[in-house]
Amino acid sequence: MSLTRTDVENIARLARLEITASELEGYVGTLSRIIKFVEQLNAADTSAVEPMAHPLSGQTQRLRADQVTERDQHELYQKNAPGAEAGLYLVPKVIE
Amino acid sequence: MHTLTIAELAAGLRARRFSSVELTRKVLERIERFNKGLNAFLTVTADAALEAARRADQELQAGRGGPLTGVPIAHKDIFCTEGVRTSCGSKMLDNFVSPYDATVVANLKKAGTVLVGKTNMDEFAMGSSNETSFYGPVLNPWDPKRVPGGSSGGSAAAVAARLVPAATGTDTGGSIRQPGALTGIVGLKPSYGRVSRYGMIAFASSLDQAGVLTLTAEDAAYLLRAIAGFDPRDSTSVDVPVPDYVAALDAPLKGLRIGLLKEFFDAGLDRQCGERVRAALDVFKSLGAELSEVSLPALPLSVPTYYVVAPAECSSNLSRFDGVRFGHRCENPRDLLDLYMRTRGEGFGAEVKRRIMTGTYVLSAGYYDAYYLKAQKVRQLISDDFRRAFEQVDVLMGPTTPTPAFEIGAKTDDPITMYLNDIYTIGANLAGLPAVSVPCGFVDGLPVGLQIIGPVFSEAKLLNAAHGYQQETSWHRKIPEAYA
Repeated sequence: MSLTRTDVENIARLARLEITASELEGYVGTLSRIIKFVEQLNAADTSAVEPMAHPLSGQTQRLRADQVTERDQHELYQKNAPGAEAGLYLVPKVIE
Repeated sequence: MHTLTIAELAAGLRARRFSSVELTRKVLERIERFNKGLNAFLTVTADAALEAARRADQELQAGRGGPLTGVPIAHKDIFCTEGVRTSCGSKMLDNFVSPYDATVVANLKKAGTVLVGKTNMDEFAMGSSNETSFYGPVLNPWDPKRVPGGSSGGSAAAVAARLVPAATGTDTGGSIRQPGALTGIVGLKPSYGRVSRYGMIAFASSLDQAGVLTLTAEDAAYLLRAIAGFDPRDSTSVDVPVPDYVAALDAPLKGLRIGLLKEFFDAGLDRQCGERVRAALDVFKSLGAELSEVSLPALPLSVPTYYVVAPAECSSNLSRFDGVRFGHRCENPRDLLDLYMRTRGEGFGAEVKRRIMTGTYVLSAGYYDAYYLKAQKVRQLISDDFRRAFEQVDVLMGPTTPTPAFEIGAKTDDPITMYLNDIYTIGANLAGLPAVSVPCGFVDGLPVGLQIIGPVFSEAKLLNAAHGYQQETSWHRKIPEAYA
């Protein structure tokens, strides 16, 4: 199927991506082609197939014990933050 | 010194023919001299490298250390490296200095390797030509008008140009094997879960795997032995014993059952590339291997399956880049939504945005079953095809890529044309299988790769087969003229 400008604007908003007007036209074209390309999967008969849940058959996601294993290193980690103060990450005001 | 393999360097270091400091200086000199023409390195860690080399020399002098002690290597800039900028080829992480080491980085440090720098890559490993990097394309050492492949293009070009003897890479849809093939070196993608992904920036978590780019299968065995193994910090890491890949290299190949992958010798395969691969198969035959043709009927659906699964997972993984905790942040955000939208709009490049949007679309309400669930079912069909094939044969062989390296800019206009370049490599990722690309000749002066795929955790067998082939051939000894 082909995507419209409105479709792509909606997708970009869901994905929290600002797309400029000049970029939009290009994405309408390439995303439509990609969606059309992957639709060839419809030709495969998968009526008797379970969707793959893990790349290695029989493996499941391992869980760990609910115990503290990391020490507090927030000062080190917050060195990479665009804005941090008093151990807190700074963001624009959310609640008026 | 710069043309030696890891195995040869290890012998030279032990025999004191040269020190790690001398070797590291030589490597740094070559990077300084040649990197401008390749754009393979994003960061060079010269001071830390010389310090590590001095420590390695002390170890070697005391008669300690292993075969990797004092050997210089480079890491793809997707591996978090403590105290070093780790950009993932993106403006989003241009200012990110990792506070910790990825397990692959830590393991190779422990093994005594000397890290000389971080290599260029497609942005967030999304690309097959290294043209999506925020830092510009990497050039192929065999022809600077051509791409080195991607996404581990910087690692591949650095090794092929003999700037470093080996480098790490990651492979989600062919990102180690394809650049390995296009630059004439060995590229090994291990089984899913074989090597820890802790600290390896995530793209598509059901596909991503860390591996290595080297001159020989023997060198890949040395490195894999150091990086493979269980890691409690990666929940997809599998707790199975790590065999001695080096000890398994010399097993005779007589009786090895090789399946020729019928679907890989399709209309899209360049005629001359096909001839080189068939000639390589004859070498295996002369070593006593048994060849038969094997068909995997669902395999031609690999690329469309991948372009649902991988973007879906990337759209989820890359939601962490929000301009709050690390990475790029837009100027003067009006509110939280504006912060997210502009940070991500500015921080990501065109291909990354395209994949995030593809993934967002296929996972969105009303489309999940039609696209994502359908793709995971076809993925199961492809995986079943491989399982059945490995009841008949020990390994599968075919080309790594349909053509030799293409020209820069040749495939940037149409994403589908670019995606189809990975048509022979994606299957192994979808099924979680190990695979290796080995240089098997040239077409018009450009390298061609033979791909060997095996059952899960058969890395020892793959490297044994690749090593046996390299004992009979000298393609891996060819060096691009400008870098000899």
